[in-house]
Amino acid sequence: MKLDHQIIARIITEGAHVLDLGCGNGELLAVLEKEKNALVQGIELNDEQMHICVERGLTVLQGDIESGLVDYPDQSFDYIILNQIMQEIKAADFVIAESLRVGKRVIVGFPNFAHIKARLTLLFAGKTPINEALPYYWFETPNIRFLTIRDFTDYCLKKNIHIEQACYLGKSKPVHILPNLLALNAVFVITKGGAQSA
Amino acid sequence: MHKNSVGIVKTQYFTFAEPPDTLQLKSGRTLGPVTLAYETYGTLNSGKSNAILVCHALSGDAHAAGFHEGDTAAGWWDDMIGPGKALDTKLYFIICSNVIGGCKGSTGPSSINGATGIPHAIDFPLITIEDMVDAQKKLIDFFGIEKLLCVIGGSMGGMQALQWASKYPENIVTAIPIATALKHSPQQIAFNEVIRQTIMADPAWREGYYYEHGQPEKGLAVARMIGHITFMSDQSMEEKFSRRLKNDNLSFQFIDDFEVEGYLRYRGYNFVKRFDANSYLYITKAMDYFDLSGDNFLPTVKKTAIRFLVISFKSDWLYPSHQSQDIVRLLKRKHAYTTYFDLISTWGHDAFLIEIEDETRLIKNFLANNSLA
Repeated sequence: MKLDHQIIARIITEGAHVLDLGCGNGELLAVLEKEKNALVQGIELNDEQMHICVERGLTVLQGDIESGLVDYPDQSFDYIILNQIMQEIKAADFVIAESLRVGKRVIVGFPNFAHIKARLTLLFAGKTPINEALPYYWFETPNIRFLTIRDFTDYCLKKNIHIEQACYLGKSKPVHILPNLLALNAVFVITKGGAQSA
Repeated sequence: MHKNSVGIVKTQYFTFAEPPDTLQLKSGRTLGPVTLAYETYGTLNSGKSNAILVCHALSGDAHAAGFHEGDTAAGWWDDMIGPGKALDTKLYFIICSNVIGGCKGSTGPSSINGATGIPHAIDFPLITIEDMVDAQKKLIDFFGIEKLLCVIGGSMGGMQALQWASKYPENIVTAIPIATALKHSPQQIAFNEVIRQTIMADPAWREGYYYEHGQPEKGLAVARMIGHITFMSDQSMEEKFSRRLKNDNLSFQFIDDFEVEGYLRYRGYNFVKRFDANSYLYITKAMDYFDLSGDNFLPTVKKTAIRFLVISFKSDWLYPSHQSQDIVRLLKRKHAYTTYFDLISTWGHDAFLIEIEDETRLIKNFLANNSLA
């Protein structure tokens, strides 16, 4: 199982209601359904990925991420998962705000652009970094923005978003020191700041 | 006999609301006695937990699958119903009944009014989709089925599936509304109104009392031609007919030069043989009245446990995908776990009857994962 999926599966509580935005072929949701008895809903745009989801027995809506949350009532789900999509969506700020409205907790996973190898590639080779977490050439990448762990924590501070948990991932195991330098990926659990953050 | 067919089937009849009972209609009027024509395929299990109700569209009937004795044409959804098919008769017990207001064995304007001994004609009360569903509920009760595994249908059949979910949420596990809408748009009402006016403008309609003289053939045929145009797509018409001529050259007369003209005439005039003009009026009106938008849908329920599979087809311009997406939006507000798929197709509204490959894959998987043990 992918390391980020393992981390997310560990975070999700037994029997939780989970919405995965951009759920792909439903690999993660299938794990959550099986191992956590989670009630899962996915949203995905791609036809073939959709078919695989239905074959897995998952509940999945065909639609885009930006409009996917709008009609759900407040606090409809225990968890909203935004895994590996932050870098691909247009209205990231809006999607995070909507996720915090619709979900009690939001799990955000993204590749860390400030990983040391990425920094060195840019600094010394003068090339767009390509690594395990950012595996694309500039001309084929689906990523429209690059963010770092520091960017994300700054954003949460500014928006009064409470970071309940942060997990930093290396190639095959968690990273515990200097995450913004050494982590390839990050997984955050966030909630609305203020009274709810307890 | 086709492969994977349910074989020879027979339409059966169920009558309820016999005096002193009646069926209360939305219009405020009552109907009784009421007969429903129905067919079943497969076997009801001992727990009665494998029943699927198939709801037909505007001109459909109870004969959804298999063959009537002596017939060469199969039921209207035979591609979807049978052993190993999307609605697998080895696993499920399939029920399909003709709607009230129809003309294929269920009580409608062409059936005999017991009080007068002649057809009800235009004195038949206006019926709604909800009335159709209320009648189906009596049939399901008659079978002793407490919970349907699924209610499925395309177009007007999809409206019935939604109506079931809204009115009898405790009595269904899943619903599969296909190529349908929560309500008709002005464009859809407009098409239906032109269709009705076409029938009613035929002098042979005789204000609805035509039964001893025969059908308003011209009006009904043209009405059906209009319908057929809306069921196809620009692309499917191009593929099917292009500008091909029936004979090799233009006739320079007002006859059916083009294949598309011949097709419409053929479909129109064939329809007259099998469908009652007044039923067409009543059923199109029922569709226009249907409105489960906003708070009309599941009015007393905040969250629903019903699992939905909503399907639309990209080339369907009569019931465009955005109308199915409206259903999905409403389901989100009810916190329903929903699967929605906008399937690639070229066949327009007819796709749900014809383009069955992806539809089968989806429905089969969906049902397999939602069946009660």
